[in-house]
Amino acid sequence: MRDDRAGDRSGVHVPAELLDRYAVGAAGIAADALWAVEAHLESCAPCRDRLGEAVHRRSPATVVVLERVRVGLDAAVARSGRMPARRRRLPGQAVRWAAPALLPRLAMTILVVLVALGLDLADQMTEGRLPSLVLLLAPVAPLLGVTAAWSRGLDPAHELVTASPRAGLALVLRRTLAVLAVVIPVLAAAGLLAGASPARWLLPCLAFTIGALALGEVIGLHRAARGLALLWAAVVVAPSLVAAEPPVLLEPASLPGWAALTIAVAIALVVRRDAYTVLASGR
Amino acid sequence: MARTAGAAETAPTTYAWTIQAERLRVRAGRRMAVDGLHLAMGSGVHGLLGPNGAGKTTLVRALATVLRPVGGTLALLGQPVNGRVDLRKLRQVIGYLPQEFGFYPRFTVREFVEYIAWLKEMPAPEVPGAVQRAVERMGLADRADDRMKTLSGGMLRRAGIAQAIVNDPQILLLDEPTAGLDPEQRLQFRALLRELAADTCVLVSTHLVEDVVAACTDVMLMDAGRLVFRGAPADLEAAGSGPGDGDSPAERGYAAILRRHREQAEDAR
Repeated sequence: MRDDRAGDRSGVHVPAELLDRYAVGAAGIAADALWAVEAHLESCAPCRDRLGEAVHRRSPATVVVLERVRVGLDAAVARSGRMPARRRRLPGQAVRWAAPALLPRLAMTILVVLVALGLDLADQMTEGRLPSLVLLLAPVAPLLGVTAAWSRGLDPAHELVTASPRAGLALVLRRTLAVLAVVIPVLAAAGLLAGASPARWLLPCLAFTIGALALGEVIGLHRAARGLALLWAAVVVAPSLVAAEPPVLLEPASLPGWAALTIAVAIALVVRRDAYTVLASGR
Repeated sequence: MARTAGAAETAPTTYAWTIQAERLRVRAGRRMAVDGLHLAMGSGVHGLLGPNGAGKTTLVRALATVLRPVGGTLALLGQPVNGRVDLRKLRQVIGYLPQEFGFYPRFTVREFVEYIAWLKEMPAPEVPGAVQRAVERMGLADRADDRMKTLSGGMLRRAGIAQAIVNDPQILLLDEPTAGLDPEQRLQFRALLRELAADTCVLVSTHLVEDVVAACTDVMLMDAGRLVFRGAPADLEAAGSGPGDGDSPAERGYAAILRRHREQAEDAR
């Protein structure tokens, strides 16, 4: 909206006599004066109010027309669809953080963590010789949800999202944060029961999440997440289950290594961030 | 409430063409789908015709900046689209309806268009009004609060156009917008195009020749990644004056130009 005070800058308003003549049809006002009056009225609310009074006083014919317009407009507005005064439901707000297709993925993640927790508890009650599954799973647990942040397959409107100004690393990180905000508390709670402290898996978890996003810039997020999860399963989870020992990689001594890795992949992620503004050229 | 024109809207343009491409090359997978294409478009409705696989969708995607050209130059609103361009600013004034218009079935039309408006970084106070305007323009006001999964194909298409025009774009790219519209809706759609043509550069990619003739100020015909014809709809009709297939003059013109172009390409080989 234009600032209504702008018109007052000169301090001069339309004289009452001129306004009266304008109200009855502008006949006899010179073209330049008419121009000035209209330009002033456009930006001066007080003069518009005065014009309204002048019209009611001097020009009943105009009042009749205005009344007719008002009745017609009321009828048209009543006929057209109504615009709700404000939002009534949540999804509009929620999707600003979470990808619209996230919920099934999150549900699946939570289910997997719960199953791992169940196996852990069962193991503790019997022999207690296997390493905690929750611990082994924790570093790659968010990947299932993170995939939904930027995926042609999971997001029906992926092309529209990609073409929007908001597309880019910031949007992907925002959606990733929404995943982590759910998955990490769930993992922490499960870890508490299974004896897997967040100190051991939180940093690897971040490294894998950011690593998947960075690798995703090159080969696509879906492929990157799947590849990293399989790699983790083959190199760490399977051997540690076979050997029945917690993996060395998740000992506190490995944390500096994970920190360095996290920083490295974060830099790679930022360097190639433009990849999240174009369609993957798979097709 | 009156809408006040901002300084940016009334400022004179400093570029000759809204969309300008020279020797544009864009890859779709392994194939060079757009190969050495020249293009210059200003305000108006431009129809993009061509057989399937001619590279129409790839061209539209490149103009929507979701595919990066591998060669040649592309300038939108006078700004060269390359690694250094501020894509956000540019994309804020582009409206795009992809060929495969995907939507969220559980969203209502209004929620969906609002979501797209948010993605287009429109100022939050403007969004509800702009969404309502776009939805009304597409004749969906009475279905605005219905879930998208309950809409028919034609209505979905109109919802797709509504999301494309919600930000009053300066460049509007519509890939197959009339698929699934019934004859009456197509007439309304053509009226909308004419309305937009005054101050918007609209590119309509289609294979329905009659849509182009009825609503476009300008026709382009694409084959094998290149532009093979450019002219007014009347020129297209004139090109098919000889005998040939097709039920309307425009269709005969379309077939004649393609045939002539392919014969020349054969001869050149």
